[in-house]
Amino acid sequence: MDSFKVLFVDDETEFLDTLVKRMKRRDVLASGVGSGEEAIRFLETSPVDVVVLDVKMPGMDGIQVLREIKRRHPLTEVIMLTGHANVEVAIQGMELGAFDYLMKPMDIDELIYKLQDACKKKFVHEEKIRKMTHGGA
Amino acid sequence: MPLRENPNQRGQNDEGQRYYRTLTRNMVLTIILVSFIPYVIVTAILLYQFHASHREKVIAHLEGLVKKHKQNIDAFLKEKLGNLSSLAKTFSYEELSNEEFLKNRLEMLQQAYGPFFVDLGVINARGIQISYAGPFQLVKASYGDSGWFKSAMKREYYISDVFSGLRGLPHFIIAVRENWLGDPWILRGTIDFVAFNNLVEQIRIGQTGFAFILNRDGELQTKPSYPVRADHEPYAAILKREKRAEDQVSTFEWTDESGVKSIYVTAFLKGGDWVLVFQQKVSDAFSDFERALRVTMVVLALGLLAILTTAFLLSRRMVGRIANADREKHMMNEQVVETGKLASVGELAAGIAHEINNPVAIMVEEAGWIEDLLEDDDFKDGANLKEFRRALAQIRTQGKRCKEITHKLLSFARKTDERVLEFDIGEVIQDIVALSGQRAKYSNVAVKLNLDNALPKVRLSQAELQQVLLNLINNALDAMEKQGGSLEINSREEDGILVIEVADNGPGIPAANLGRIFDPFFTTKPVGKGTGLGLSICYGIVKKLGGEIEVASTVGVGTTFRIKMPLEKIKAKGSENGKGE
Repeated sequence: MDSFKVLFVDDETEFLDTLVKRMKRRDVLASGVGSGEEAIRFLETSPVDVVVLDVKMPGMDGIQVLREIKRRHPLTEVIMLTGHANVEVAIQGMELGAFDYLMKPMDIDELIYKLQDACKKKFVHEEKIRKMTHGGA
Repeated sequence: MPLRENPNQRGQNDEGQRYYRTLTRNMVLTIILVSFIPYVIVTAILLYQFHASHREKVIAHLEGLVKKHKQNIDAFLKEKLGNLSSLAKTFSYEELSNEEFLKNRLEMLQQAYGPFFVDLGVINARGIQISYAGPFQLVKASYGDSGWFKSAMKREYYISDVFSGLRGLPHFIIAVRENWLGDPWILRGTIDFVAFNNLVEQIRIGQTGFAFILNRDGELQTKPSYPVRADHEPYAAILKREKRAEDQVSTFEWTDESGVKSIYVTAFLKGGDWVLVFQQKVSDAFSDFERALRVTMVVLALGLLAILTTAFLLSRRMVGRIANADREKHMMNEQVVETGKLASVGELAAGIAHEINNPVAIMVEEAGWIEDLLEDDDFKDGANLKEFRRALAQIRTQGKRCKEITHKLLSFARKTDERVLEFDIGEVIQDIVALSGQRAKYSNVAVKLNLDNALPKVRLSQAELQQVLLNLINNALDAMEKQGGSLEINSREEDGILVIEVADNGPGIPAANLGRIFDPFFTTKPVGKGTGLGLSICYGIVKKLGGEIEVASTVGVGTTFRIKMPLEKIKAKGSENGKGE
């Protein structure tokens, strides 16, 4: 499978840095930012396939960022990262169009699988749109 | 639940006991005062009224009696006088001087009027008894010096006081004066004392009431039933009275030297010469009242006793209830404090868990990073490579363990969203089932939904309903974790009541535990696995939402939790047929 672009958003820089390093080692084009605002600015200039979003952050929280991303980049898939099993936030996130959610600390392989699934979904989605626009033209 | 005892609390208990004793005493006093006062006052008023009217009646009766007897005695005397007077007028001095003739007259009188006249005598102007008819030998007896003769000669007729006279027996004399050839003579009759006495002695009332007659000098004219000291008070006072009205009856009370109070009714007779005295001890005269008083007192005492008993028992029971209520409240308070403490401990734990979770995540990531680096060729031949891998795997395992602990803490301490929303019951149930789907699959539990799609939309806190359902479903899954089974969730409407059932076919709940499962901190799960709060939280939420939660369980068959909520209360506005809004 082709390598894909992932943006990690988390206010814990140590966690973020290591995660990005590990992702890069697995041939994932990973970048990391420390807040929701930064994430939105980042996406304006360099779009990604999947965003991994921490729910609990200072400033904009995960749900707000999710809403914003889905508004600006509807095709970008989002995986929520929660500190604990919070049913309401999980359900709310899913309702707002998140692909899935994971609980910290997560297994690196599990994360990779989820990322791949999300990308697959996104590519299928994009393919459909391409076909529709081609068909329409 | 027994109260935990500590010295401090025991001190409070003593104080509490004193408080309840005071409360009991105050209640008893209040009840007694409120009941006693009107009771005693009413009784006293009634008794007083009764006493007054009874007394009036008794006195009126006595006065009537005395008056009647006075009139009888007067009439008797008048009649006897009339007898003699007609005898003296009808027959001449000569005829009556004949002893045989006089004897005949006496017999006739005795036959006609009874044995009142003992004897008859004719006395000339010098006081010599010319003829005599009677049981004594009194012919030629001279009365010239006796007081009665002198008095009798002065007027037309005369009735003497009682005296013994020549015969030595108490008697009194009725005398009529007539003229024969210019000389006065006297027809004299003696009245039998015993016969006359009977007239007065008949007046007997009660046990101590009797009558007698006194003359002006305080001498007894009849024989009283009880000894009378006529020279003492109050008789002296009666005799001293100036006004001796014939038809007046007077009544007074007098206490003698021995402290006995008597009632006296007096009437003058024989033209004011004699006084008829009736006397009776007050206690005897008013014995009816005394009896009524005794009965009333007994009834009053019994009533007061009853009030006293009731006051004590009632107060004791009420204070007992209050004490119980207080104890329950105290226990509730303790529970609330306990729960509050638990909540703050939970919050603290949540805070710590959250803070710890991030460093743990970083540590696990760093360990993962080292693992990644060990893949590089540089380390392939490292002697301790195996040990490194083992240590890193251990770090990962322990990190996961930390994660599980913190997740449990956080989900326990999580606060529930209480916002009221309008939503479809079916959708919420489906959401929750979807969340638990993975777990159900692992536990080998088949989930079956029987949802009524025609149910109206409801207005509730969605998060709270989710929590209730999630708790019930998790409990059911926990119960069926080992053997697997099937979980059925039904929703329907029954007579305006929304019914949601969560039914499993797990091992069931023993009857002994069934009554306690909604109690806080009751759990059958191993220590550390359950808090015992899940079902009590469910119970609290359902109650708060205005519904009821009940459980039916049979060991070996399964358990069904049933939530019932009146649709009237929770139905969304404008939602009648499930088509909400």
